[in-house]
Amino acid sequence: MAKYLSQEWCDLYKEEINKSKAYEEAAKTWEGDFYFITEPGGPVKEKGFMYVDLYHGKCRACEIVTDPNKYKPAFTLAAPYNIWKQIATKKLDSTKALITRQSKLTGDMAKIMRYTKAANELTNCTMLVPTEWLD
Amino acid sequence: MWNFSCPLIVYGDNSLDYLAQVKGKKAFIVTDKNILKLGLIKPVTDKLDEAKIQWEIFDDVEPEPSLTTIKKGGVAVGKYQPDWVIGIGGGSCMDAAKAIILLLARPELEPESLSVLEEFNFRTKARLMAIPTTSGTGSEATWAIVLTDTKDNRKLGLGSTECMPDVAILDPVMVMGMPPQITADTGMDVICHAIEGYTSVWGTSMTLGPGLIATRLTLEYLARAYKDGGDLEARKEMMNAATMGGMSFGNSMAGLAHSTGHALGAIFHVPHGRAVGLFLPYTMEYLINESAETTAKYAEIARYCRVASSGSDKECALALVARIRALAGELGQPLSVKDCGVGQAEYEKEIPRLIERALNEVMTMTVTRIPGEEDLGRIFKYAYEGKSIDF
Ligand SMILES: [Fe+2]
Repeated sequence: MAKYLSQEWCDLYKEEINKSKAYEEAAKTWEGDFYFITEPGGPVKEKGFMYVDLYHGKCRACEIVTDPNKYKPAFTLAAPYNIWKQIATKKLDSTKALITRQSKLTGDMAKIMRYTKAANELTNCTMLVPTEWLD
Repeated sequence: MWNFSCPLIVYGDNSLDYLAQVKGKKAFIVTDKNILKLGLIKPVTDKLDEAKIQWEIFDDVEPEPSLTTIKKGGVAVGKYQPDWVIGIGGGSCMDAAKAIILLLARPELEPESLSVLEEFNFRTKARLMAIPTTSGTGSEATWAIVLTDTKDNRKLGLGSTECMPDVAILDPVMVMGMPPQITADTGMDVICHAIEGYTSVWGTSMTLGPGLIATRLTLEYLARAYKDGGDLEARKEMMNAATMGGMSFGNSMAGLAHSTGHALGAIFHVPHGRAVGLFLPYTMEYLINESAETTAKYAEIARYCRVASSGSDKECALALVARIRALAGELGQPLSVKDCGVGQAEYEKEIPRLIERALNEVMTMTVTRIPGEEDLGRIFKYAYEGKSIDF
């Protein structure tokens, strides 16, 4: 079990992404990095930043960042803790979360929409990480 | 959190009279040259005159509206500053009206950025009305906008929940003159919206009703409207069915027939309804073969629509597929891609692009059996030959 928003969790997530053939196939031409931002609320007291660098079907980096200025990713996706938990456990569809403004994306939306399958596979990978939730 | 939204729907005989009750000063009409030529704008502007509402017409919308056209419409609406934007026509005109009213509020945006990521608040300036002249896209009752990026012939699914029309007017006089071919093409779109909305994994008890009723109405009235365009009852019921189809998939999501049909339409320019209608039986078979959940839902539809009364879920679901193929046959619709007049060599060359497009549609993710590249490739091949899906 790895605690949500810990480096240990990030390492396992990276491992799962890099093991996934389905992700590799769907994202073989994808180039772009993200901040997945957990907004404060519930058990999360301070904004949490997870940096994920995805390139040609592989995850090149996944790390918890304390200084948000460390990277300038092409995309950011921000949501409160409870929404992230629902997305990561597939109780909430990530596109539905965007439509209802429960999550907020910055970056080239049109580019993301061309990789819907990859986004879906990425969520499948989070399901495989044994997660110790904070609540 | 999810929501169910739809406009105020004014329907039935003399619905256009509602326009005389509308409060406002200036209306910006978004349409195309053909609708104008057919004389379908005049009954609307006559009513606006009665209501003492000034109007201006933007008639540059093309069948698959491009980003360039929307940009032009955005400039025109900005100059006119209306308090109503009225889309009159098929899905293209209504979608263009949605995009143009968003640009009225946010003129600095590029049309490709008209997405859920932005806030518009356009109702501080104007309200949105949709008056369909076809019974198909259901665009009058959805917030989605489909535009075409002519650079790479790609259809962009845009829109924001804000751009659900405030009012939809379904007056049968607007569709009575629709030619049989367009009646058939757009009618097949209705049944796809209804069935795919009903079976979407985003569907809930809030969205099932419109999908079910729209399917039954289409099975009952589409062939009648096709054979006799003057059949007022059939025309009215198909208008209602189209709007309910919109309420069904617009509040859930369309499915595989739409993602595969979209891909075919974008690359080979097959009209939207014809393309998605063609793929519907194949994609239903694909789901029936592995998904008991969706098969049960098809069976519910089949029983409700009196297509099948006894038999297992699978038998009833397959009876529905057969009924849809029979309807398409009655309407002279192609049953295979080959029948659409697409050359085999050219089609085979494009299969990787067809797969890539269909694979990455949200609509591919909202079914109970999500195909990968291999299965999509096989679906495209079978649909070309007209072979039932056996995998
Ligand atoms: Fe459609």
